[in-house]
Amino acid sequence: MKRWLPLILFLVLVGFFAKGLFLNPREVPSPFIGKPAPAFSLPLVGNAEASFSPAQMQGQVWLLNVWAPWCVSCRHEHGVLMSLTQAGRIPIVGLNWKDKDREAAALLAATGNPYAFVPDDLDGRVGIDYGVTGTPETYVIDGEGRVAMKHVGPIDMDVWQKKFEPKLKELGV
Amino acid sequence: MIPELGNFALIIALLLAITQAVFPIYGAQTGRVTLMRLARPAAHGQFFFVFLAYLCLLYSFVVNDFSVTNVARNSFSQLPVVYRITASWGSHEGSLLFWVLILALWTLAVALFSRRLPEDMVARVLGVMGMISIGFLAFLLTTSNPFLREFPIPMDGNDMNPLLQDWGMIIHPPMLYMGYVGFAVAFAFAIAALISGKLDAAWARWSRPWTTVAWAFLTLGIVLGSWWAYRELGWGGWWFWDPTENASFMPWIAGTALIHSLAVTEKRGAFKAWTVLLALTAFSLSLLGTFLVRSGVLSSVHAFATDPARGAFILGFLVVVIGGSLVLYAWRAPKMITGGQFTWFSREALLLGNNVVLLAALGSVLLGTLYPLFIDAMGMGKISVGPPYFNAVFVPLMAPVLFLMGIGPLVRWRGDSLPDVASRLKWALAVAVATGFLLPFTLDGFNPWATLGFFLAIWIALSVLVSFRERLKFSQGANRFSRLAALPLGFWGMQMAHFGMAIGIAGITVVANYESEKTVRMEVGSFTEMAGYTFTFRGHTEHDGPNYRAARGVVEVSKDGRTLYTLHPEKRIYNASGMPMTEAALHPSIWRDLYVSLGEPLDETTGAWAVSVFYKPFINWMWLGATLMVIGGFLAAADRRYRIAVKSRADAKAGVAAQGA
Repeated sequence: MKRWLPLILFLVLVGFFAKGLFLNPREVPSPFIGKPAPAFSLPLVGNAEASFSPAQMQGQVWLLNVWAPWCVSCRHEHGVLMSLTQAGRIPIVGLNWKDKDREAAALLAATGNPYAFVPDDLDGRVGIDYGVTGTPETYVIDGEGRVAMKHVGPIDMDVWQKKFEPKLKELGV
Repeated sequence: MIPELGNFALIIALLLAITQAVFPIYGAQTGRVTLMRLARPAAHGQFFFVFLAYLCLLYSFVVNDFSVTNVARNSFSQLPVVYRITASWGSHEGSLLFWVLILALWTLAVALFSRRLPEDMVARVLGVMGMISIGFLAFLLTTSNPFLREFPIPMDGNDMNPLLQDWGMIIHPPMLYMGYVGFAVAFAFAIAALISGKLDAAWARWSRPWTTVAWAFLTLGIVLGSWWAYRELGWGGWWFWDPTENASFMPWIAGTALIHSLAVTEKRGAFKAWTVLLALTAFSLSLLGTFLVRSGVLSSVHAFATDPARGAFILGFLVVVIGGSLVLYAWRAPKMITGGQFTWFSREALLLGNNVVLLAALGSVLLGTLYPLFIDAMGMGKISVGPPYFNAVFVPLMAPVLFLMGIGPLVRWRGDSLPDVASRLKWALAVAVATGFLLPFTLDGFNPWATLGFFLAIWIALSVLVSFRERLKFSQGANRFSRLAALPLGFWGMQMAHFGMAIGIAGITVVANYESEKTVRMEVGSFTEMAGYTFTFRGHTEHDGPNYRAARGVVEVSKDGRTLYTLHPEKRIYNASGMPMTEAALHPSIWRDLYVSLGEPLDETTGAWAVSVFYKPFINWMWLGATLMVIGGFLAAADRRYRIAVKSRADAKAGVAAQGA
């Protein structure tokens, strides 16, 4: 029996590794899931007199997409966001995060604007409230203003179908 | 054309690896010498074609062939040539090809330096190495081909990760891989011994020098990695217990246990099963390290490949190689008869103690590294295990090993008398205890960790001196120098490695307990003081590098009003990736490093910056100690004993054959 012990220990490890392969270590659960989305009020990109606050979206399910003009992965998901908006799937709010060089307005004008609102989080404080670790990150916020889901990293069609659509169905959208 | 040539070369290498794995082992089992003799030419050919493939990849990097996806992702037209060369092993695909190249190199070395080994042993050893090579070549060709092309051809590359653009990183991976893959030789010898069933002391003697050389390379690789992290990450830290670091540290601990256990098996014929198991473990942990880093099972600051398909392949490969070898072990274990009686106080017993505690320490690192995975896999949440766990568990576990290090080399095989050894070491013990207690008081008062560290460092260093003094009594020679020179290299190597450990412990103890650091806002002309030095910030200049732009700070260091040095820490922005990088500036000396790094610019108009200043006493003792360990390893492996012993055995055989004729 003793001589089989190393093999048994190894096989137990293999079991965990096999399971681990299908887990995503980058997927950090947000402590905000099920909690009210932190409130804020920020000026809009291109129109500093107007402002946006999550309260304006009360009663509808919406996406809060944290992005930045300097973020390369955000450009990858831009196309997906555009097609969602064109299909009228869901309103998307694009939190423009730490755009120190003030490029957002020009970039959206040039490549197309998928967002209903683009609040301007210049110093990243709202990002801190939401626990943003990097761009892009996307929050699904339900009709009662609670965070229903958080996704870290760019959204591609695969992620959208497998992760967002089931959640939106659950929320009845 | 060239990348396709590389691809073909890899395919031919795979075919040769299959030849090398199948026929020689089959020949050894059935006693067909012609089949056994295929092993060497197959190994030579495999090395040739893997090397050719590698040169093709290198060429694509050097000439900036961005039609090759791997080049486009990891290189950049403005990248200096030396980094284009190192970029060839910086990526996932490139590093795997490099892994295979090193394996082929070790295989070639075994094929060349095994002329005096029995033919069936060579056939089995090379066959096992061929099997490992098959797995990696198949992995390369199916999931990670470095020669894939891309269309349309990108205008320029994405650049190499700026963190890796440092000369410590140029030599760190090759050394680390030499160590990792070198354990494949010890593994192959153990498997060959298990297959043949001939588990005598001979295989231990054959695999000893190979294992020691692999261990020395691994030591060098780990230290270079640590040195790189220290200079390049800008936090002044040198070991982070990061999963990737642990992945290289675990095989090192197992390898350290193995070289000690091999000594017992060779000299006394004891611990055979244990030594075989350690040889399997050391290489299994190297493979596991590859799996952990390459599959993305554990996230880490420098895990750069996350791909379940690749992870699944490596996991399958692990199951075949490690699982298969452990089945073989369990099957053959009853055949291993341990010889050599020994008492509880003998060198065998102390080395066994060393092994048990080292393995416990290894277990603690493995547990800490995999714990987040266990918790996650059981759906219990996400956690991370950090340095506090490792420092709290690993350091106390290592203390007894280090204490035994001072005694083991002075104790005789089979059995010794405790009072006798105690009287030989009493002065060493008294001096070590006294210094351990008193030294911290001269610095800043009682500190148990500093006491433990100083005690162990001085204890080991004095034990080395005692060993030399006693050996010199029995050494032949006209004067002290010729008697020193007459001592065998194996003895020199061991003592030098142990002395290096003492130096290293002293360095770690001082830097961990007496370093100072602060981060301050500095305007032009403002100053801060630390450890008697005054650091004055003289502003910054803009500076253009080959593929980056940098803000270069000017920090004057003075002592007692005299300006001693000017340091230039940099904050770089790399052109292709836009990644900011901190390039710390340091002034090294044997007693301390002064280390300055630039944080963030705080105020554009006044030119104020956040500046971190570190005073790192004795840090270079760590690198020095580790270097002594590496030199010790190479010295021990070069001992004449290994060559003569093998030769006399072969001569004896030739003599028998001649008599028979």
